[in-house]
Amino acid sequence: MPKVPIALTVNGQPRAISVWPMARLLDVLREELGMTGTKEGCGEGECGACSILLDGRLANSCLVPAVQADGAEITTIEGVASGEELDRVQQAFVECGGAQCGICTPGMIMAAVSLLRASPQPSEADIRNGLAGNLCRCTGYLRIFEAVASACRAGGRAQ
Amino acid sequence: MRAYIPAYELVRPQTLGEALEHMAAEPGEWQAFAGGTDLMVLLQAGRLEHRRFLSIWGLAELRGTVVSSDSVTLGCLTTYTDVLHDETLRREFPLLAAAAAETGGVATQNRGTLGGNIVNASPAADTPPALLVYDAEVELVSARGSRWLAYREFHTGYKTMQLAPDELLARIRLPRSTAGFRHYYRKVGTRKAQAISKVCFAGLKNTSTGEVRIALGSVAPVPLRCSQTEAAVHESRDPLAALAAEIAPIDDMRSTAAYRLRVAQNLLNEFLHA
Amino acid sequence: MIYGTTVRSPAPRGRIQGIHFGDGIPWHEFTIVKASDIPGANCISLIIDDQPCLVDSVVNHPEEPVLLLAHPDRYLLEEARRAVTVDVEPLPAAFTIDDSLSQRAVIWGKDNVFKQYRVEKGDVDSAWARADFIVEGEYSTGSQEQLYIETNGMTSIASPERGVTVWGSMQCPYYVHKALTKLFGLGDDKVRVIQTETGGGFGGKEEYPSMIAAHAALLAWKSGRPVKLVYDRAEDMAATTKRHPSRTRLRTAVTKDGKLLAMEIDFVIDGGAYATLSSVVLSRGTIHAAGPYQCPNIRIASRAVATNAPPHGAFRGFGAPQSLFALERHMDRVAAAVGLAPEEFRRRNFIQQGQTTATGQVIHEDVDMAALLDRALRESDYHAKRARFARENPGRSVKRGMGLACFFHGAGFTGSGERYLASVVGVEATREGRVQLLVSSTEFGQGTNTVLAQIAAQTLGIPYEQVDVAQPDTARVPNSGPTVASRTCMVVGKLVESAALGLKQTLVGSGLLSTAASAEEFSRACSAYIAQHGVLRSYSQYQAPPGIHWDDEKYQGDAYGAFAWAVYVAEVSVDTLTYEARVEDFVAVQEVGCVIHPVLATGQIEGGVAQGIGYALYENVVWQDGRMVNSQMTNYVIPTSADIPPIRVIFEERPYAYGPLGAKGIGELPIDGPAPAIVNAIEDATGIRIVSIPATPEVLMAVMEGVNA
Repeated sequence: MPKVPIALTVNGQPRAISVWPMARLLDVLREELGMTGTKEGCGEGECGACSILLDGRLANSCLVPAVQADGAEITTIEGVASGEELDRVQQAFVECGGAQCGICTPGMIMAAVSLLRASPQPSEADIRNGLAGNLCRCTGYLRIFEAVASACRAGGRAQ
Repeated sequence: MRAYIPAYELVRPQTLGEALEHMAAEPGEWQAFAGGTDLMVLLQAGRLEHRRFLSIWGLAELRGTVVSSDSVTLGCLTTYTDVLHDETLRREFPLLAAAAAETGGVATQNRGTLGGNIVNASPAADTPPALLVYDAEVELVSARGSRWLAYREFHTGYKTMQLAPDELLARIRLPRSTAGFRHYYRKVGTRKAQAISKVCFAGLKNTSTGEVRIALGSVAPVPLRCSQTEAAVHESRDPLAALAAEIAPIDDMRSTAAYRLRVAQNLLNEFLHA
Repeated sequence: MIYGTTVRSPAPRGRIQGIHFGDGIPWHEFTIVKASDIPGANCISLIIDDQPCLVDSVVNHPEEPVLLLAHPDRYLLEEARRAVTVDVEPLPAAFTIDDSLSQRAVIWGKDNVFKQYRVEKGDVDSAWARADFIVEGEYSTGSQEQLYIETNGMTSIASPERGVTVWGSMQCPYYVHKALTKLFGLGDDKVRVIQTETGGGFGGKEEYPSMIAAHAALLAWKSGRPVKLVYDRAEDMAATTKRHPSRTRLRTAVTKDGKLLAMEIDFVIDGGAYATLSSVVLSRGTIHAAGPYQCPNIRIASRAVATNAPPHGAFRGFGAPQSLFALERHMDRVAAAVGLAPEEFRRRNFIQQGQTTATGQVIHEDVDMAALLDRALRESDYHAKRARFARENPGRSVKRGMGLACFFHGAGFTGSGERYLASVVGVEATREGRVQLLVSSTEFGQGTNTVLAQIAAQTLGIPYEQVDVAQPDTARVPNSGPTVASRTCMVVGKLVESAALGLKQTLVGSGLLSTAASAEEFSRACSAYIAQHGVLRSYSQYQAPPGIHWDDEKYQGDAYGAFAWAVYVAEVSVDTLTYEARVEDFVAVQEVGCVIHPVLATGQIEGGVAQGIGYALYENVVWQDGRMVNSQMTNYVIPTSADIPPIRVIFEERPYAYGPLGAKGIGELPIDGPAPAIVNAIEDATGIRIVSIPATPEVLMAVMEGVNA
């Protein structure tokens, strides 16, 4: 099969590339576009390390075939901070010990950003549910819950 | 990545008609590809044998909910998130909402669809037991036309179904006849979130007539509406024995046949007596 | 850059008859490496060099590497891997501890035994006659996958002219370095190993990265091109190391007033196909097997045995979670036999300052297990809840219970290990007064860099921001030992502290700095010193604390410089319809010396407890003829954010004189306690006696319905 051209917007930047239709969006982001902030943990939609926002909705980029991203608006972890200034969710992860090894962190932050957009003042149950698709093996999650709660207290607008 | 990606085709018809034309022209050659939450997992594992797919994800005709006085009709691309956000479904079909809430995490709920959940035909799928007790019907469309089928007739064996090579499952219709029923749903999957069912139980009980409807997942080659067990309840025979005779659980890497049988019976007991 | 992949054995044990390259693949485009391509010794050098890098004739487990392939197209590479067939003539195999001990098939050495230890204290044989009760029990633990979220991977550049360089995810750069020098027959300076950001380890990246580095380097060496070799999740789970399964038999003599008289412990672990680290894992499991109790007569016999599974390896706790699960379950049984509450029985036997452990180590620390117990019982509202649950449970389908575990964990290498390692740490200052730490200790989420920088900053009296930690690169940093065994903070941290002191003393001694100088004065002094002498650098090498003696022959003496002590309490619910146990609340009280960084330390405990919850209830490696069949995250179930209870972490701080800023080791401790505490709580809730983990719903059902029948 030939590669097909697609056009998408990644973190506000329009990009046009040729892809194998069934290539994983994850691989396109990491290898074609050089955006390695999005991580692969399992390749089967179980761990959430590859989470991105696809047209504003949280998605596992390992489960999205590249052609379905044609015309889409994508936000990756690289698009969350404003220049050198961390988003409040990122800042809260730093302060609360929400990141240990850091490999689940980009996906976890995308899930948290998505949660706070939908639900600006989430309960603890909302936080647990909102992050249940993102596995962390280091923290036991409690510092992460605290980081998300702290980001809400910090107020302001999620990216 | 264990697949040879260049060998796979994924084309994007612009309309449902165009998709059906593809399927009519080369029956069996083309399979529908929706949110990818099942197919991409197979692909990554090197186990996606079919090579040519039609992406239906962008087809607006297959989205959306239509509520009439006697039924709710859902496009096959209705996602779990759509179900969770739909007030009518949450109110009148809470088992479907419960199943949607317990399927994967948010990212999977955003991309996984009801149509995909049905035609992927996993016995462990979470929404089919709910659809079965709600007496859902499914619309199968092709270039030849459209037909409606009771969902309980749809699955014919492990991963086999009443779906012709040129047909697409387009819509799901739920009769709005759930008033007066008590709704019971339990998904059993070792951990609380992101679990694959070991037993999935959906039950409806009419508090005035005593009518019960029971369906289970992960205990048979197909999601199973347990009509024998329902009959046993209605005829005051031993429902636990009827259930044991009706289901056919297996041992696999996730659980054991003995566990699945025992838990299914325990849940039936709780459902009937709660 | 080209990609590499590994062709593995199709069978658990057998002789390779041939390798067939299938049709339809442009094989001439591929780099293909076989055992015969290895320039030096065909082994992954570790303790004893029994594990080959690539099999040349006999395979010993079903994930064993046979052949390596590389190609620029990673999709085609995968096609090629699947087109290779390795024909193996099967040989008899062993898959369980019982198989191995039976010696029906001798698969390793003369008797399938990698290592055995015997620990003797007092006179066990004569104690039984004086016992009021003798309680026996057998307990077993399953394997456990580390499941760091970043899979293993390495990149290499290698050639005979330039030597070998590898970059990748790892815990122990100098382990990899040692393995590569031997494999390639190169001098130390021709091999360079650089740790890149590492997404979790937990022991799982202690020794297996040497294998992957070797493979990437061999492909690079042969192809002349940079090679990247990254495992996908299924390969990582199936092929790399996991926690050793174990079986423990305990026989305990006790008086009617609840005093331990004697313990006889038989502890066996399944090491998999090669020796790798099993002797060391066994050692730690053996030394911890008798727990934090005073018992005058102890005999521990332990063995690590071979099976035809991928070698089991390091995982947080390193043998101690296995033997402590058995002991702490057994202590509940002994308490019941005597007629005492679990906490009261333990309280009567806690080891005290001046008493001796199983290996005869006199505890010089001011240990107070009873205080930890009191705190844990209070924080968990243990007595009130236990009474309430006992009252409410009858008639409820969801039953609740409380359980506890009391335990300890030795920090640092066992016995004379630290002395043999003789770790070195460097501290270097720049002209601008920035300080760089030269250590081979790696950061993989535990907070190594933060804590070591904090120790240096505090010692030098400069801000934390003024300290950098060098990237672990064997061409730049000295060998400060592996990043394992809860040794980094206590042992390496102490070396950082003394190297930093040395650096400060150099400045003070040369008259450039007063002892109570400000950060600005420190920077000026560095600048002046470097202007005069060129370089300002200080090294420190490990020296054992005074009075530490260890006898490797008799397995007697001071096993560890210090222990961390803990009491954990779990509250569980058990749904008797689904047989699912859940942890509802958890209290973790510990004494780890002084806490250097409270947020990181709390995170270590919470993370360890979460892994312990998985170990106890969810994580089930399903084996089929030596192969893990559920090697996906979907089917190997670890706790999600919805499964973790509140975990209340409490530190009782007692400064340790030989640790930096008074600290001891912390990382491994929290994995030792949760499993026995949780399973004890399940028994409290339901009355059923679970003797193996994971206590999955299927296990609970079998035992529960057996009891009812």
